[in-house]
Amino acid sequence: MRTLREIAVGQTVTVVKIEVTGAMKRRIMDMGITKGTDIFVRKIAPLGDPIELKVRDYELFLRKEDAEKILVE
Amino acid sequence: MITVLALVGNPNCGKTTMFNNLTGSDQYVGNWPGVTVAKKGGMLLNHPDCEVVDLPGIYSLSPYTLEEVVTRDFLVYEHPSVIINIVDASNLERNLYLTTQLLELEIPVVLALNMMDVVEANGDEIDIERLSRELKCMVVPIAAINGYGLGELINVALAVAKEKSTNQGLPIFSDTEEISVRGIERLLPDRESTQLKRWLAIKIFERDNKVIEQIKISNNLLERMNALRRRCEVAEDDDAESIVINARYRYITNTLRSCIKKKLKTGELSASDKIDSIVTNRLLAFPIFFFIMWAVYYIAIQTLGSMSVNGMEKIFGTFSDYLTQLMELGGVSLTIQSLVVNGVVGGVGAVLGFVPQITILFVFLSFLEDCGYMSRAAFIMDRAFRQFGLSGKSFIPMLVGTGCSVPGIMATMTIENEKDRRLTIMLTPFIPCSAKMPVFVLFAASLFPDKSWVGPSMYFWGIIMVVVSGIILKRTAPFAGETAPFVMEMPAYHMPGLKTVLKHTWEQVKSFILKAGTIVFAASVLVWFLQSFNTSLDLVSPTESMLANIGQFLAPVFVPQGFGNWQAAFAALTGFLAKEAIVSTFAILAGSGGDAGSKADLVLKLQSMFTPASAYAFMIFTLLAAPCCAAVGAIRSEMGSWKWTFFAVGYQTGVAYILAAIIYQVGSIIQ
Repeated sequence: MRTLREIAVGQTVTVVKIEVTGAMKRRIMDMGITKGTDIFVRKIAPLGDPIELKVRDYELFLRKEDAEKILVE
Repeated sequence: MITVLALVGNPNCGKTTMFNNLTGSDQYVGNWPGVTVAKKGGMLLNHPDCEVVDLPGIYSLSPYTLEEVVTRDFLVYEHPSVIINIVDASNLERNLYLTTQLLELEIPVVLALNMMDVVEANGDEIDIERLSRELKCMVVPIAAINGYGLGELINVALAVAKEKSTNQGLPIFSDTEEISVRGIERLLPDRESTQLKRWLAIKIFERDNKVIEQIKISNNLLERMNALRRRCEVAEDDDAESIVINARYRYITNTLRSCIKKKLKTGELSASDKIDSIVTNRLLAFPIFFFIMWAVYYIAIQTLGSMSVNGMEKIFGTFSDYLTQLMELGGVSLTIQSLVVNGVVGGVGAVLGFVPQITILFVFLSFLEDCGYMSRAAFIMDRAFRQFGLSGKSFIPMLVGTGCSVPGIMATMTIENEKDRRLTIMLTPFIPCSAKMPVFVLFAASLFPDKSWVGPSMYFWGIIMVVVSGIILKRTAPFAGETAPFVMEMPAYHMPGLKTVLKHTWEQVKSFILKAGTIVFAASVLVWFLQSFNTSLDLVSPTESMLANIGQFLAPVFVPQGFGNWQAAFAALTGFLAKEAIVSTFAILAGSGGDAGSKADLVLKLQSMFTPASAYAFMIFTLLAAPCCAAVGAIRSEMGSWKWTFFAVGYQTGVAYILAAIIYQVGSIIQ
């Protein structure tokens, strides 16, 4: 199991666990990143952070420090 | 009785376009009571007994963000006649997540499937009848951009509102989950209706503390409800909040499988992806970003903008001359003449002269916002902004702040984290706004005629002070803590509708005229009054006026900055009323008998009053000190407290005072 942060651009992974709590967890999950969801890592911002993802057929971005708390396989 | 239609949907789902198409010119824009979230409403076209309320764009009805709480409270307590839930049909999965929550309320819902044109262009097919059957609510396909389907939507919505038939919540839960939720439902007191009980039960199950506090049930009952929740949490090895979210998305995924036929993706990139492969490209992102910013600036502030300002000045100049002649013919006294020409017309001119420039700027900013570029800007700038404790979202207020701090401060609304929001509100006025420009231009032309770097260097100082303040303040107690959670959607690019851009611009310009205009006008009349009369209310020359007295009293304060004379002190004070008023104050001082002097007089006057070092210090002070009172008003309304407003203004003025002193002292040595 790895964290979303470690996934290379162009790979698709599945969410196993979200280790964030409170409002941030709710926010991430409200946006459709739930257990079992496929995530495609599309791009890394020019300065190296945040990362752009494709989830449930739309695009969003989040910071590496938050991506680190999303376990995937 | 008035029928109220509530528009609810995700951000970027086309809600605003639809609102503009549904309502006439009688729209009102205000704030929800007690909070700074915008409230918009208007009467439905051709239906004088129907009101449309545009609720904030939200992803969920969670209790965590202000927008979501406002929407929820409106729906639950104000009870609109019908909810029109606008969903982006090209992005159904995430959009329907909110729908599953809306269907649990006691209000009839009509689903408006927007952007059907995009769906068709993609080659996808949606089985609308089947979707309607599965969700047990009416579904109407529309395209808000060209008005397709809107008539049908209104007919359906009004019919549903009349029937008052509420929806049934969807069967989102698994058996284990359902047992717990139904258990909680049974424990609820009977005073609530069946539908509301179901909603409350789900909220209690997912530990929604806002709801739990409001319903006031006994501890004994609460304990039993907790036990029911715990049983489910243990069985699924997850917390209840996550269980509910998972259940909703699970239900949507299963439902859509039978309702939507996606064209097989061959791995080709969409138009939006192609644009992004250039716009957010590793190498090209920043050149493109800076080019766009430069282009906006060049057109809105420099060329077209300054042309429009000059044009307005000419119009008001001619008008003043005409009025003077007219009043001389009519034998009007000199005092009244002076009041009308210098006070009233000058004041109105100061407000309106600014409007064309602001309008052009807002057309550009609305366009960038609506087409989807602003979220890309946040994406590429986030890392840089985070270095000093802000998020990529802080960029937008600061960019808008280059035009005017008032809308810039208002744009901080989109920042969820309160600490980051406050910090952004405090620092946005450091960015030189377009009203400060005339001051810099005048000083640069008068005292640094052959040093072209002087004017632009104000941007450098503004940005440096934002960065330094961010780093320092982030280490102090009121701002320390976690950086903002930062999850942001990147909507597909689209061409904004002309009407939407113009409406958006008009709203901003109107609020500028109302909020800033009245203050600038009052300030102009006040300045005229103070510089025309002495304390015994005799008409005198400015050097003997009340203005001179106040300036003399304040002057010693600015000795360390090198402009300890009453004219500069008073000009700085008028800068608090409106930054561009500094120029007119100096113009009046350079003239005689209360009339503004010529441009050449003004330059000579400034050269006699300032050395290059003290002039530069004065520019720095103008840049950083408390913004104009209109901006202070905006700070007050966004901070929501006077304590924070005074803190912000005090901090800004303190920084300005200290930095201007350092610049003058160091500058005098170098000189």
